[in-house]
Amino acid sequence: MRPLGPAQRPSAPQHGASASSPRQKRDPAPSVMAYRFQRLCLTPVFRVFMRYGLPLIIIVGGSAAYLSNPRNMDQLTAQVEDLRRTIEARPEFRVTLLSVNGASPALADEIRGRLSLDFPLSSFDLDLPQIKVQIEEMPAVRNAQLRIAADGVLQLDIEERLPELIWQTRAAFLLIDGDGVVIDDLISRPMSQALPLIGGEGADLAAREALSLVRIAAPLADQLRGFVRVGERRWDVILSDGRKIMLPEENASFVLDRVIALDQAQDILSRDILSIDMRRPDRPTLRLSAGAKDNFDMLRGQLVVSGERQG
Amino acid sequence: MMNNLYHMQRAMRAKRQEALKRGVMAVLDVGSYKISCLVLRFDETGMAYSTDRQVVLAGQSAFRVIGMGTTRSRGVRFGEIDTVQETERAIRTAVQTAQKMAHTRVDHVMVAFAGARPRSYGMAGETIVQDKTVQDDDVARALASCDLPDLGEGREVLHAQPVNFSLDHRTGLSDPRGQVGERLAVDMHLLSVEANAIEALLYCVKRCDLELAGLASSPYVAGVSSLVEDEQELGAACVDMGGGATGLSIFMKKHMIYADTVRMGGDHVTSDISQALQIPMTHAERIKTRFGGLVATGMDDREMIELQGNTGDWNYDRRHVSRAELIGVMRPRVEEILEEVRARFDSAGFDHLPSQRIVLTGGGSQVPGLDGLASRILGNQVRLGRPMRVQGLPQSACGPAFSTSVGLSLFAAYPQDEWWDFDIPAESYPARSLKRAVRWFRDNW
Repeated sequence: MRPLGPAQRPSAPQHGASASSPRQKRDPAPSVMAYRFQRLCLTPVFRVFMRYGLPLIIIVGGSAAYLSNPRNMDQLTAQVEDLRRTIEARPEFRVTLLSVNGASPALADEIRGRLSLDFPLSSFDLDLPQIKVQIEEMPAVRNAQLRIAADGVLQLDIEERLPELIWQTRAAFLLIDGDGVVIDDLISRPMSQALPLIGGEGADLAAREALSLVRIAAPLADQLRGFVRVGERRWDVILSDGRKIMLPEENASFVLDRVIALDQAQDILSRDILSIDMRRPDRPTLRLSAGAKDNFDMLRGQLVVSGERQG
Repeated sequence: MMNNLYHMQRAMRAKRQEALKRGVMAVLDVGSYKISCLVLRFDETGMAYSTDRQVVLAGQSAFRVIGMGTTRSRGVRFGEIDTVQETERAIRTAVQTAQKMAHTRVDHVMVAFAGARPRSYGMAGETIVQDKTVQDDDVARALASCDLPDLGEGREVLHAQPVNFSLDHRTGLSDPRGQVGERLAVDMHLLSVEANAIEALLYCVKRCDLELAGLASSPYVAGVSSLVEDEQELGAACVDMGGGATGLSIFMKKHMIYADTVRMGGDHVTSDISQALQIPMTHAERIKTRFGGLVATGMDDREMIELQGNTGDWNYDRRHVSRAELIGVMRPRVEEILEEVRARFDSAGFDHLPSQRIVLTGGGSQVPGLDGLASRILGNQVRLGRPMRVQGLPQSACGPAFSTSVGLSLFAAYPQDEWWDFDIPAESYPARSLKRAVRWFRDNW
């Protein structure tokens, strides 16, 4: 005989637990609540709500509830600040050195003194445009480039205004550059080399012209004393012994050139004159000193006399 | 009575249309052995509320099964609800499983059940066509002229389908509209069931938070799904062998013309086995489905079936029976069922039909050897039927046990015109217009 079913022969009838207490089968049917809940979960509106609405409500509501307490708000702000500070204080953002390029040591010292940066600093604390404005406000600085270079160096490239002229005013001797900007007082900033001296009211406004005159007047260097601006219009060249060349308003350099040429040709400046008046270039006028005038008169008298004789 | 019936069925029809609009509907087969639920999704397009059966069988792509749940039936006997709470739990289980699989929520459900003693009636009515060409209201009047037979106390109409129209001397029209004639006659088939079965079902469905979108007789929908088109056209009978009841329906010209149930089924075979072999019902059921048969051969004498018991008596627990013995227990009961079916067919006059084809379906039809036995009892044109294939149906639900479910989904997608689907003729409205207004409000709001 061949059994049809699978060969399952229990070794011993288990009539202990199984017979006396047959296992209670769980009811496979869902409870009413489970059934309703499942149907609710399958409702499209509910699904959309659970997916988007509820998280939104929880997030927005939760954060609102948390932030509505001012202490929490303060704490949060403090934490954010703290975090910000931690990041700012990192060595990557630290600035430890100010390097000033292109400025004389005195100016560099002045800049340092003026900025008075307390290194090390975080680069977040540096307001570079503000510093740039602050530096460029200084008269001795024409232009400043500011950047934070590698290794925490605050690189400051200065284009310095170099004093090119000394402007003598009633109060003081001032150093000015070619643009006429007053850089400093001569007293507070002793210069190593001599600079041309200019004077007169409004001389600083014509500093550029004065400089060109200085260049042209180079052959007269040994007797040149300075230039004086007269009536804010024109220049006088002051030579040694109080002699002066009065230049016109226009074409001053050309006229000065002519005077020098005249001097080189006829040694006009080595003669006994007080001034050469070139205010009208087509009619140069010499003022002679008293002795020279007498001599000149005498010579002219002789000439006149002889002339009269001949006449 | 008439208005009440119209009301309930029309309400269900409205729900069905709502469900079709929503695109999701569940069909529920409340059987005695299992309760199965299919969730259907309807396409938006092609969902013409078609009445033409030609379209019905051709275009099945209009719906798709997206969820299935099957559970052991509880509280259902002879295809009727016996214990409401138990049935409710079983329905809940099936619906929940199907919903889980479909991943959608269903609110509308169509239910088929086998029991409740269905009784078929033929009805006839006739009317004069008003203006030569037959219009909708002529059909409605013809239908309304049918006399409702005395159904008996506590019975309700389940199906009332016009099966044949005659216009003057011509008969066999399936749709007389547009035809020219004078006298329009209609034959109707009416199926009545016990009202309390419907009440219990309604109660269960309501308790599950579902809306009832339609009711159908299980023999009818089983026939819809298992009879092929020419069988329905030429005439055939479907025998749906269920657990607690065996439904039978006769189709002719694509209409059901008779339905009945025999209040015996597979459960009785199981209980016979259980009694004869003195084993528990569950074990008997298992043995029946695994080793059961109807025709014993010499081989079956040698095939021994182990009977496992749980009593503690070693000799009792380790009995063996031969398969022939099992067959000897099963066969008389199946014969009895089939003979009862034969008697019902005889009383219905099935042997007068031109075609004698019988299709066996349902879970009980899976017993090996049934076709041979059935052809000896019912006639030699017997075949085993399985439901037609619908889209998306899981493999596990393709067997004959699911012919009711599949037929119900077909019925849901392509409903047969029923009596109440035609407008109530104007003259049968209540005379007072106020009542009509109230009625309109109740219908529409």
